[in-house]
Amino acid sequence: MNPFTRTLEGIGSTVLLLVKALSHLPSMPRQFGRFVDQCYLIGYTTLPIVAILSFFIGSVLALQAGYAAESLGPKQFIGLLVGLTMARELGPVMVAVLLAGRVGSAIAAELASMKVYQEIDALVTMNIPPERILVLPRLLAVLVMMPVLTIIADLVGWFGGAIVAKYTDFIAIEPASYFATMRQYMDFGDVLNGLIKAECFGFVVVLVCCNIGLNTRGGPREIGASVTKAVVTSLISILVLDYFVTKALS
Amino acid sequence: MATGTTNPFSAATIPAVGVQIEGLSKSFGNLEVLRDVSFNVEPGEIFVLMGPSGSGKSVLLKHIVGLELPSAGRVLVDGLDASSEDTREQVRMAMVFQAGALFNSLSVYDNLALYLREHRVANEAGIRDKVMRALQILSLDNAAQKFPSELSGGMRKRVAISRALVMEPQLMLYDEPTSELDPVMGATIAEIIATLKEEYHVTSIVVSHDRDLTLAIGERVGILMGGKLLFLGTAAELRSPKDPKIADFLSPKIDLKNPRFKQLET
Ligand SMILES: Nc1ncnc2c1ncn2[C@@H]1O[C@H](COP(=O)(O)OP(=O)(O)O)[C@@H](O)[C@H]1O
Ligand SMILES: [Mg+2]
Repeated sequence: MNPFTRTLEGIGSTVLLLVKALSHLPSMPRQFGRFVDQCYLIGYTTLPIVAILSFFIGSVLALQAGYAAESLGPKQFIGLLVGLTMARELGPVMVAVLLAGRVGSAIAAELASMKVYQEIDALVTMNIPPERILVLPRLLAVLVMMPVLTIIADLVGWFGGAIVAKYTDFIAIEPASYFATMRQYMDFGDVLNGLIKAECFGFVVVLVCCNIGLNTRGGPREIGASVTKAVVTSLISILVLDYFVTKALS
Repeated sequence: MATGTTNPFSAATIPAVGVQIEGLSKSFGNLEVLRDVSFNVEPGEIFVLMGPSGSGKSVLLKHIVGLELPSAGRVLVDGLDASSEDTREQVRMAMVFQAGALFNSLSVYDNLALYLREHRVANEAGIRDKVMRALQILSLDNAAQKFPSELSGGMRKRVAISRALVMEPQLMLYDEPTSELDPVMGATIAEIIATLKEEYHVTSIVVSHDRDLTLAIGERVGILMGGKLLFLGTAAELRSPKDPKIADFLSPKIDLKNPRFKQLET
């Protein structure tokens, strides 16, 4: 099979998985416990690293904008630049990338191992669809957690930028004026734009990783291969999707 | 002949189901695993499937629960196509996988309770009764809170069997249920299979190399070799097989003067 047909097949099976998972939506009230577990897992594994990374990304943005301002003049735009870039682009993308690395890989590994050790077969013979208990709770959990993680990433990033802007000698703008330009030229629409992106990315990452895990064939060696494939496919999906969602939202 | 009776753990009436395998062939790529296999398993019968390892026994069982799709031919369970999802809704089937296929992230107790909870068979107290009962039957009461990784091979096998028992199936498939068990536990399993048939009319298909078990409880026996059904008959007929290949498979002579691995070399 060439890469093109393989890609098409991958997309097809992912869509099919989504349809099957959504057909079990009425079972969700009974699965509230599983949903809460997954929310906790997603938040717990990604929150610390999201906080650390977004702090440094915000700082670096402010620093680079400071260099640009040195030759170009007005330093006030630094707040706006950090604010917009974090909210509209880097916040959602960074959270999604971290989600792929920490949560997506774990999902792929868990489901691939269940497949390889015939646990999925056992579920099917028990007439318990794996899409219902393994996929659907994760999809709903990521929809709830992505906005939370992204808002935290935005806030921490803005804050990191503000600190750098105040304490770097050649920038030295007060947080009050840093945030004032943000307030003046940004609105909630910019943040919302980023949240919608984050929802799309997170949903696709979890769906792709579930699909690759469940389609693992062979033995223990293939579990590792599936994890790699899941993370790489997630990253590609995030970046490709980023372009199209940005275009659609503009 | 009774066509319906009560099942092991509740008072509900369940009708017995039969299985028809019609011209079943299965290939994985170029590898032909099953070639034109046909036989019937009558409702309430104990059918034993034997054959050397790699002859396709596990693959055949997977077709009956719909985990594999036939390359040619078809499999009917209670007259319904086994590859359709609806069949699993209509007929309660349970399979004891060769390697157990226990849920590694769940305790033994939760492994057994999962089916009952997902299908809302009973409330938590009722589930507890059923699960503890099934564990007791296989002397696993002390293992309820253990995880699969903490069990020996034979214990995993027994958990797999008790997990199938709590489902109160109409059709039970066992893939080498006694292969890792000591002789007493092996006899217990044979007794369980026979009891499910006698008292509750459960249809059983047992893949086994165990001659004693086959002759003790098997009603009809099929022998698969190289993907073909070489023998199909009653357990009594198996005592004096005509085909020399089958006679050699059932009671291989250990010949130290002319060992098999040396015959291969010439
Ligand atoms: N999913 C699969 N893909 C490819 N080959 C398989 C698959 N499952 C089983 N086989 C092959 O089919 C043959 C029969 O396997 P199996 O039914 O497990 O044998 P046994 O009779 O010992 O249970 C073996 O040669 C095995 O390698
Ligand atoms: Mg086998």
